[in-house]
Amino acid sequence: MPEPLRLKGISASAGYAEGPLFNLDPVAARYAGKATAAEEKAALDTAIGIATGRLTALIEASEGDAADILEFQIAMLEDDALTGPAFAAIAAGQPADAAWRQALDAEIAGYETSDQDYFRARAADMRDIRDQVLRALTEDSEAAAPAGAIFYGEDIAPTRFLETNWSSGGGIALKAGSAASHVAMLARSRGVPMIVGLGASPAHLAGIALLDAEHGGIVLSPSKAEIEAFRRSSSSFTARRDKAQTYLERPAVTKAGTAVRVQVNIADPSDVDGIDISTCEGIGLMRTEFLFGKTLPDEETQYCAYRKVLEWAGEKPVTIRTVDAGGDKPVPGFTVDEGNPFLGLRGIRLSLARPEVFRVQIRALLRAAVHGNLKVMFPMIAVADEYERAVALFTEEQAGLVARGVAQKMPPLGIMVEVPSVAIAPEAFANVAFFSIGSNDLTQYVMAAARDNASVAHLNSVRHPAVLRLIASVAAFGRAQKIPVSLCGDAGGDPASIPALLEAGLRDLSVVPAQLAMAKAAIADVSI
Amino acid sequence: MSASAEATVLITHEVGLHARPSVKFTKLAKTFSADVEVALAANGPWFDAKSIVKVMAAKAPKGTVLHIRARGDGAGEAVGALAELVRRDFDEGVDHARTA
Repeated sequence: MPEPLRLKGISASAGYAEGPLFNLDPVAARYAGKATAAEEKAALDTAIGIATGRLTALIEASEGDAADILEFQIAMLEDDALTGPAFAAIAAGQPADAAWRQALDAEIAGYETSDQDYFRARAADMRDIRDQVLRALTEDSEAAAPAGAIFYGEDIAPTRFLETNWSSGGGIALKAGSAASHVAMLARSRGVPMIVGLGASPAHLAGIALLDAEHGGIVLSPSKAEIEAFRRSSSSFTARRDKAQTYLERPAVTKAGTAVRVQVNIADPSDVDGIDISTCEGIGLMRTEFLFGKTLPDEETQYCAYRKVLEWAGEKPVTIRTVDAGGDKPVPGFTVDEGNPFLGLRGIRLSLARPEVFRVQIRALLRAAVHGNLKVMFPMIAVADEYERAVALFTEEQAGLVARGVAQKMPPLGIMVEVPSVAIAPEAFANVAFFSIGSNDLTQYVMAAARDNASVAHLNSVRHPAVLRLIASVAAFGRAQKIPVSLCGDAGGDPASIPALLEAGLRDLSVVPAQLAMAKAAIADVSI
Repeated sequence: MSASAEATVLITHEVGLHARPSVKFTKLAKTFSADVEVALAANGPWFDAKSIVKVMAAKAPKGTVLHIRARGDGAGEAVGALAELVRRDFDEGVDHARTA
């Protein structure tokens, strides 16, 4: 029996799955070459037909975003402009698989090098199209995943997700991937457990795996005791989730009748499409890193993204965090390479060091503010001077917009509490509009335990008395000074941490949308 | 003698003439027998409006003035209908603009 192997990832869709690991990154499928160019052409024609047929069948079982993705892929496959170069290469003597791959790779490269985020994201759709036809060409080597399998690999194509029958369980564990991807969105809406960001695997993995997509981990070759513990967590999760659903529509109140405001965290404007605004008090954290892909976003792109969320939220507040690049979130052309990036030029430090980039975001925020109830906060504030300088930039840009006659509004400006210096001595910040505790970073800095390092994960607990004491002191300072205090880290949505957070004096939590019902249910169980 | 027509229209759709809008656009273009082309400037380059590959390659973001021209039977109707589709925001409200 091999030793159990545990890998840590990030939860993209909560839930539990136990099943055989199915490798998504197959050994390169072999295509059997044909004798003549005419046969190669016929083989490609047939493969494109098979791929189109499969997509058409999938469309009938899909709706909304999923159907839109498929319809776009079909339109592409039906376009001679896409297939023409491949057929020309076949006529020139190429085998069908190489011809198709070359033609599509050229097309994909065009998308990948686009300077528009939206357009670049379509490269994934184009790769999906390429691979579906290649699969059809090399059909016999395509192994079917067993029922209840846990799909493991670099990434998973939307079509692969849609054609899989999830009714008998199963889940997804990705080395790369993103919680903001199409597939993650689909997984959450269908309740398929999924984790991302496992990183490169130390060895070839196979066999039975336990996927814990509530906390973001996977165990291979589990021991008997681990399997039993896993099954207990899994049935407890199912019971909690079923019970939690009944809390979703209701305001969050503890057993003792104390009201708690629960907002949601989003990482991309499209995240709000799956949320009913009546189930939350607003957006407690909107990240803006999604805008900063391979290139820096222009003012208009940012303005549209912010405006969309503000209009969706109506009267309810939307707290947007200025870009928190650096640390584990590098942005080419913006962040710098550093030996110790978590302690380096990240968050507000980077924004203040690159004011020409920061000013663009500030203008977009000031303009978007007229479309709703906007609040803006700065990440990684360590000293009061950083806040003052950021506020000064807002004031300058506002004056510029006024001079040009552009509609704008100054939003309340608050700070993240994640650097221990702020939590220890909050009195230096008596003039901020609000505090939002970033418990993930606060914990890693207080405990000196990097959050992306599994070997020190046992130290990384928000429930350590040192972390809780700091949270309680910030909450008390806020009450005394009448400055609102909320918390937007992962702990806010963790049922095991919620009692301690309320005990520390917090009454305002922001959680990922998938945890909203569970968080409300956990709050209802607290007797404060 | 074959008919020809031209029009310009402002793209107001949130993500521009991209995946979903371009599916609608090319589908509508294909319903006309006239040759239809689009461009981002009056002097081109011109892209085949019936090819989603070409229309996507035009990379027209929100705020672009799209030039549409057609030649052949029903050229006027083709240009009119396509410009109208863009003007109607591809029959999608801003509230429904998703990133797909």
